[in-house]
Amino acid sequence: MRILIIEDDNETADYLAKGLKETGYTVDRAADGREGLFLATSETYDAMIVDRMLPGMDGLAIVQSLRAQGKLTPVLILSALGQVDDRVRGLQAGGDDYLTKPYAFSELLARVQALLRRQKPGAADTTLKVGELELDLLARTARRAGKPIDLLPREFRLLEFLMRHAGQVVTRTMLLERVWDYHFDPQTNVIDVHVSRLRQKIDKGFASAMLHTVRGAGYRLGVEPA
Amino acid sequence: MSTGRLFRTTAFRLAAVYGALFALAVVALFAFLYWRTLTLIDAETDAAIASEISGLAEQYRQRGLVGLMRIVTERSAAQPEASLGGANIYLLTRPDGAVLAGNLKRWPAAAQPTPAGFVFNLAAAEEGAQGNARARAFALEGGFRLLVGRDLRQREKLRAVVAESLALGLAATVALGLLAAMLVGRKLLQRVEAINAIGQRIVRGELKQRVALGGAGDEFDRLAENLNAMLDQIERLMTGMREVTDNIAHDLRGPLTRMKARLELALLPNSDPAQHRAAMESAIAETDRLLATFNALLSIAEAESGALHQSMRPVELGPLAADVAELYAPALEEKGLTLATEIAGCPPVLGSRQLLFQAVANLLENAMKYTPKSGRVTIATRSAENGSGPRGAALSVTDTGPGIPAELRGRVLERYVRLDQARSTPGSGLGLSLVAAVAKLHGARLELSDNNPGLAVTLTFPPRVEAPPQPQAAAS
Repeated sequence: MRILIIEDDNETADYLAKGLKETGYTVDRAADGREGLFLATSETYDAMIVDRMLPGMDGLAIVQSLRAQGKLTPVLILSALGQVDDRVRGLQAGGDDYLTKPYAFSELLARVQALLRRQKPGAADTTLKVGELELDLLARTARRAGKPIDLLPREFRLLEFLMRHAGQVVTRTMLLERVWDYHFDPQTNVIDVHVSRLRQKIDKGFASAMLHTVRGAGYRLGVEPA
Repeated sequence: MSTGRLFRTTAFRLAAVYGALFALAVVALFAFLYWRTLTLIDAETDAAIASEISGLAEQYRQRGLVGLMRIVTERSAAQPEASLGGANIYLLTRPDGAVLAGNLKRWPAAAQPTPAGFVFNLAAAEEGAQGNARARAFALEGGFRLLVGRDLRQREKLRAVVAESLALGLAATVALGLLAAMLVGRKLLQRVEAINAIGQRIVRGELKQRVALGGAGDEFDRLAENLNAMLDQIERLMTGMREVTDNIAHDLRGPLTRMKARLELALLPNSDPAQHRAAMESAIAETDRLLATFNALLSIAEAESGALHQSMRPVELGPLAADVAELYAPALEEKGLTLATEIAGCPPVLGSRQLLFQAVANLLENAMKYTPKSGRVTIATRSAENGSGPRGAALSVTDTGPGIPAELRGRVLERYVRLDQARSTPGSGLGLSLVAAVAKLHGARLELSDNNPGLAVTLTFPPRVEAPPQPQAAAS
């Protein structure tokens, strides 16, 4: 997997590149907008991380010109501008996800992995399967090892999201954004409570846990423990 | 205020242009008057001459040449000096040109014709005489000729007097116009200068300065009122910004100091890897808290700046309240609280869905934080009664906690205010001030009241009057 980082701040770029390389990705770097756009159009990447404010060319302009050329490389936009309007503008320009500085590397990694996963075909699945866990998207039913699990509508959406990102870390903010469709900062552990209720339903009475808490990052659904 | 500056003012220029136009009109009017006066005098002179000639002709017919001679002599005698202005002029001559009677020495040689006779220079008929005369000749039988005329010097004098008065009048008009222009310009300039002076003082930092009103309710007063309103808003924003800066400094210094101390401790020579790790973990936790505070402050600033008005969309409060309730229900249950929802249909409000969600979530988190075990929290929406007019929407969050004493309800909306009872619970003290900022952004009324027991917080949104804005096209 090749990832392009377009970021003018050397230290941030170093930190991102180091983290991503340790996770097992190949990383290319561009320090300004023009070089970034050149690399993005001439090479093939699986995902791009684009800073919004760049010398030479604005990050949004890069994404727009990429999209205009028909390149669908998933893009994560990084920005120090966290206001609702800026977010919307970033996504309208063709970005696939938007992350406000400062961020935790775990959050960034989780989002990049989600972007990489999203590319894979299979959006038309009617059932999702992770280990013993099965989700029927048409009948809206869930089973583990054949045993039906009774889920509330929101719990179903939560589980669906976790299963679509099985094996990956998903953060609390990602869950709020994708499952609840709100982008805000809860002062309390609201998401944790929802996840622990879901965990009760899918893990209780089974020998192995499938819904794991990843300390300092979020959650991961998978057969094998972290 | 220098004179050069006065001449450059718009008011002076306007007044000068009006003055020039007025002077032009006055010149035209005076010229017309002058022309009419002269025409009238000429017409009257001609009429007098005509009637005199017809009288003399009558005498001639009745009494013959001798009678005419006598009358002409008599009348000439009454006007002994033809050279005096305004006199009547008579001359009766024989066919050979010899003077029979009259007060002219000879028949004038050169003459300019007029519609009713002619005008001649008196010098042509009499040496040493000056000025013009207007006359008419009448031919008698046998080559005798009669001339009756009027000395025009009186008319010339009148003309000169009229022309002089008109010139003086014009000069006075122009002078008055200029004076008025200067006075008006100076007056306007004074008021503008007063506003400028205030502006300069404000630029120098005296933010409390306001433009004084003239009291006449004129356009300058309206300008001053608008400027003052603008200055009020600027002052509010500046104060808000200063508060934010102060508060950020206050809020960041503590945690940053702690963080620095712990990291320095971890760097001491005799510390071990476990201590390093603990220091780093606590630094990260401290950073997270700092960021949460930071984000809350930014959200408040964003809501208070009003910059979001552009991106407001109709938001249904019912589903929004239900979403918040659904998100928080498990957390409340975990704390041993009951969460009830009373969602009644209400008209959509124009707003920012994300900020409204954050505000309602803050209210719910507050209720959750302060309501003791086995308490009850209710989130409700309904349409707000507004007489017979269009209905607004209302959203309320009520709890059965300790409530807030009436006299402190205003204070808790301020930033960082945490009542003494709340000091022991975690929190930034920013939750309610964000709610207040969001309410203000949406034009909603935020009310804290008694729930007997507990606190009731109600957001009342005004009826939506304007049409919802069209969704904006993607930024290009």
